[in-house]
Amino acid sequence: MNAVFAQATELPSVEAATGMASLAWLLFALPALGALVLFVAGRRANAWGHWLGVLTVVASFVVGLLIFLETLQLDPAQRTRELSLYDWVAVAGLNVHYGLRIDPLSLTFVLLITGVGALIHIYSVGYMSHDPGRRRFFAQLNLFIAAMLLLVLGNNFVMLYLGWEGVGLASYLLIGFYQDRPSAATAAKKAFLMNRVGDVGLAIAIFVLWSQLGTLQYDAVFERIGQVSTPALVAITLLLLLGACGKSGQFPLQSWLPDAMEGPTPVSALIHAATMVTAGVFLIARTSPIYNLTETGRLIVMLVGVITLLIGAIIGCAYDDIKKVLAYSTVSQIGYMILAVGLGPVGYALGIAHLLAHGFFKAGLFLGAGSVMHAMHDEVDMRRFGGLARYMPITFVTFGLGYLALIGFPGLSGYFTKDEIIVAAFTAPGWQGWVFGLAAALAAGLTAFYMTRLMLMTFFGEKRWKDLRTAEGEEYHPHESPAVMTGPMIVLAIGSVFAGFLLTNNHVLATWLAPSVGEQAEPAHAALSHTEVTILTLVLAALGVLAAYLLVGRRPTPVERPEPVSLPVQAARRDLYANAINETLIARPGTWLSRALVYVDNRGVDGLVNGTAALLGGSSGRLRRLQTGFVRSYALSMLAGSVLVVAALLAVRFA
Amino acid sequence: MLLLVLLLLPLIGALVVAPMKENQRLARLVALGFALVELVLTAVTWLSYSVADAASGTRFQLELSVPWIPAFGTRFALGIDGIALVMLALIAVLVPIVMAFSWEEKLPEGRTRSGYFGLLLATQGLLVGVFAATDVFLFYVFFEAMLIPMYFMIGRFGGPRRQYAAVKFFLYSLLGGLIMLASVIGLFVASGEQFGQGTFTWTDLQRMAASLPESTQIWLFLGFFVAFAIKAPLVPFHTWLPDAGAEAPVGAGVLLVGVLDKVGTFGFLRYCLPLFPLASQRLAPLVLILAVIGILYGALLAVGQTDMKRFVAYTSIAHFGFIALGIFAFSTQAFAGSALYMVNHGLSTGMLFIVVGLLIARGGSRLVTDYGGVSKPAPLLAGAFLVAGLSSLAMPGTNSFVSEFLVLVGSYPREPVYTILATVGIVLAALYVLWMYQRTMQGPVRGAAVLGALERGGPGTMLDPGVAAKRDGSGFPDLSKREIAVLTPLIVLIIVLGFFPGPVLDVINPSVVATMNEVGLSDPVGGLSR
Repeated sequence: MNAVFAQATELPSVEAATGMASLAWLLFALPALGALVLFVAGRRANAWGHWLGVLTVVASFVVGLLIFLETLQLDPAQRTRELSLYDWVAVAGLNVHYGLRIDPLSLTFVLLITGVGALIHIYSVGYMSHDPGRRRFFAQLNLFIAAMLLLVLGNNFVMLYLGWEGVGLASYLLIGFYQDRPSAATAAKKAFLMNRVGDVGLAIAIFVLWSQLGTLQYDAVFERIGQVSTPALVAITLLLLLGACGKSGQFPLQSWLPDAMEGPTPVSALIHAATMVTAGVFLIARTSPIYNLTETGRLIVMLVGVITLLIGAIIGCAYDDIKKVLAYSTVSQIGYMILAVGLGPVGYALGIAHLLAHGFFKAGLFLGAGSVMHAMHDEVDMRRFGGLARYMPITFVTFGLGYLALIGFPGLSGYFTKDEIIVAAFTAPGWQGWVFGLAAALAAGLTAFYMTRLMLMTFFGEKRWKDLRTAEGEEYHPHESPAVMTGPMIVLAIGSVFAGFLLTNNHVLATWLAPSVGEQAEPAHAALSHTEVTILTLVLAALGVLAAYLLVGRRPTPVERPEPVSLPVQAARRDLYANAINETLIARPGTWLSRALVYVDNRGVDGLVNGTAALLGGSSGRLRRLQTGFVRSYALSMLAGSVLVVAALLAVRFA
Repeated sequence: MLLLVLLLLPLIGALVVAPMKENQRLARLVALGFALVELVLTAVTWLSYSVADAASGTRFQLELSVPWIPAFGTRFALGIDGIALVMLALIAVLVPIVMAFSWEEKLPEGRTRSGYFGLLLATQGLLVGVFAATDVFLFYVFFEAMLIPMYFMIGRFGGPRRQYAAVKFFLYSLLGGLIMLASVIGLFVASGEQFGQGTFTWTDLQRMAASLPESTQIWLFLGFFVAFAIKAPLVPFHTWLPDAGAEAPVGAGVLLVGVLDKVGTFGFLRYCLPLFPLASQRLAPLVLILAVIGILYGALLAVGQTDMKRFVAYTSIAHFGFIALGIFAFSTQAFAGSALYMVNHGLSTGMLFIVVGLLIARGGSRLVTDYGGVSKPAPLLAGAFLVAGLSSLAMPGTNSFVSEFLVLVGSYPREPVYTILATVGIVLAALYVLWMYQRTMQGPVRGAAVLGALERGGPGTMLDPGVAAKRDGSGFPDLSKREIAVLTPLIVLIIVLGFFPGPVLDVINPSVVATMNEVGLSDPVGGLSR
């Protein structure tokens, strides 16, 4: 057992980047330049800024594709290349390079980020066409792409941290894009703060690595990680996991992600579904040589994944806000990915495969939701939708394909990626196989339920919006979105259909990733066989669809949310009380503490010091007199001071 | 000679500018001219400083030393190491910016710009003296003398409670200075016993450190420490700073928090550690506790502030905690981080002060609750606030990240517990910055200061919360061209030093290595240099 579950990783040799790879800095430099130009040019760029934003990301995608093709020509053993640009922070024995690691794992992410990123930039040209802040939007979106590329391309932990907080900033700016909405500002701040809690974990992990190994470069750390004692190793993995939880919306730091839906919908698709929130999965895959060494660390990773995938699926069933359902779906799906990478060598490639497939279908689903909102005056309440399939056929079909991919309809992406994770979960040792496997399968049933509910409420049934008015009192006139929006949706729908098969067929992705995360290991045993799990999952998913049909499809949906409801539904509507707990345990005591300290500081500390000063000076009145005749008093004080000095010296002399 | 010129030029400038009461426009031009020439000369100094010499063991460069009061063995001795050099550069950059900020600032009744700018120049000259002195008595003299122009700037040009704040500032500093004087004289006496003839020369005193008994070191250390802990305020010596920072005019506040307070942390590095190495190590736990308390306490108080200038002051108390942590964690990385932090904090807090000043100039109120939704009428101002805030919360990509990272990563191997507690402070930093941003800049346009300014079409101090909203933003203007020019160099430095700290670190590194040697410790983590 231990042979599989705790072992040193065979490391690839690191080559210096040549050819196209030596231009890898263009990947992040192009969108960074785009962001800079758009920020500095200001209003002058309003007319063309969005196209510049699109152009830089497309160019970045082309560069990434060229590097990818070049890498494919290389022998797998030579596919790990590094490009050190300059010494970023160098003091004595510490030298942090501004350097890039161009290997299969980072290139996979580069293609996902720039590919989906380019599509969503194009979509945003249409989606944001009426928004006066469009230029600012594209500047911030470009900033995000640059930071995300730094995150995945860095060749050391500090570069990772730079990208890590960089995407956090972009996310903060974009969640709060509608600055005049207090809810958006609050959600943005909450996202940044909860991310920073995770960042503390990542930061301390970096400090521990430095103190244990004297380096922060990936290659040197992975080479030496075997020297670290087990307790320190477990600590490092848990601290990294805390970072992953913050960025990826995993338990116990999940509650910011649904609130992040305050941002414009393309942001939800790109940052809060396809790319940034998967950074936690990337982190664990990237540091696989560390996680491979500790079974305890990985067990906790899996626990977090399983708890989160259940939380997300349960809450997803209760919301009526289309974006929040998708957000909790994202929380849940990333839970699957975390579970997969927690399995270690068995699961790294599975986690990444699901991450890529999810990147396609979840981005597609969000863009579809955006298309619906675009058509419905920014309405997000599904109770006010209904029967939209006829009015928005392209949106309906692309959204429908994403839906099928997500619930794991045979032949589509989720079937190959999500269901494989469930199969793998049953191979965890001992009780873990049963618990994790069954939980993951159960959540697949819940996924089918909440997504079918969403489909039925949005696209089928009666047109509940007919008799309603928007908040501004206008009628709803649903219509299909323009081609600049439906184009990206179609591309992503195609991806949702085929990505899963193409990535997993013949272990294509696993073989490609092997230099970065090791060969995909065969599980030692399985609680249930592959066929048994597939059947179980399909049955549960079918039950979920059926339940949704019986509960939602067959009866009219009330426009107002029914109250009161049963206890479980109440709990799910309140995010399983995550916000209430944060509020009670942290926010409120924190506010009181801050207020109390302000009071103490103004009265107590100051009063004490003033009192002492007054005592020394004889009376506070004499202190006030200093304002007028301070020079004389200064001299007097000096004299007094000198007396003190002499006294002190004598004391020392005779001591 | 170069250092003497750097020291005297602003002082001469002060004497030239201050009497120009008749022609205020000329006075400010002349003052800015002096500051710009000083900036150029500082650049020349930077170029004259040899990193290679420093690395090969030259402790001070550009030295000048003449006997001053032979009876006491005091010398007028100047010289700089890398840390002093970067501080000189910081002053030289900030003073012209502060002048450009105050170019049209409304001054209290009966006060002249010539007087104000003269005091700015005087402060600049004395600060050069403090950082360049290599004679301990000379250092003490500058240390006390620099209080005087700052006292007048706060007391004459400050806000409504300026008298109270100025006196409080003066008394605290004076008390610290006197206690330090005791130790300065103590050093002289001790050196007399050691060498037969007392001396104030830093290098001689440093040579004596090895043979000074620990008990004596502790007494002398405490004298310096209290003075420095008041100056770069560590809790509980900090309460003068929020008052002084809030009441000082913005320009003086920038110099006060940005540079003058750094004399304290500079003093830790230059005087406490090398002159009293044993005492420094023995008492380090005490300082570390105060540092960590400062980080958390300062941050929690910043969260709860209702006055924007006091807010900036409390964020600085938290930052001074980080600097002190790095200094008393005894590693090359932490030392370098602290030294770099002094520069970075000057830039980021300086900018934060200036942006807050711009806001107050528009709204006529310091209260947070009087503002809201400013990003609507003044998006550039809001953006500048965010940049300064991000630098303050040590966002990677800004200057402060590099220094805070170095402090923490360098402190962890020796002091894991304190470092972890300090790292929690980065969450609080995000909270105080972003919450302040949310309250003042985001959300619907609101608050008496914003609405009042919008209604009247201009700033003022008479605030009527009942005024009706006029939301076109005409009375709450965005940044003017001059204001953009004031902020641009700061923004550029903040971002460029975030990605390219190399030039500054190269200058600092040999000096912190020397300090490590003087303390007599080796790095807890050797590192692979890769």
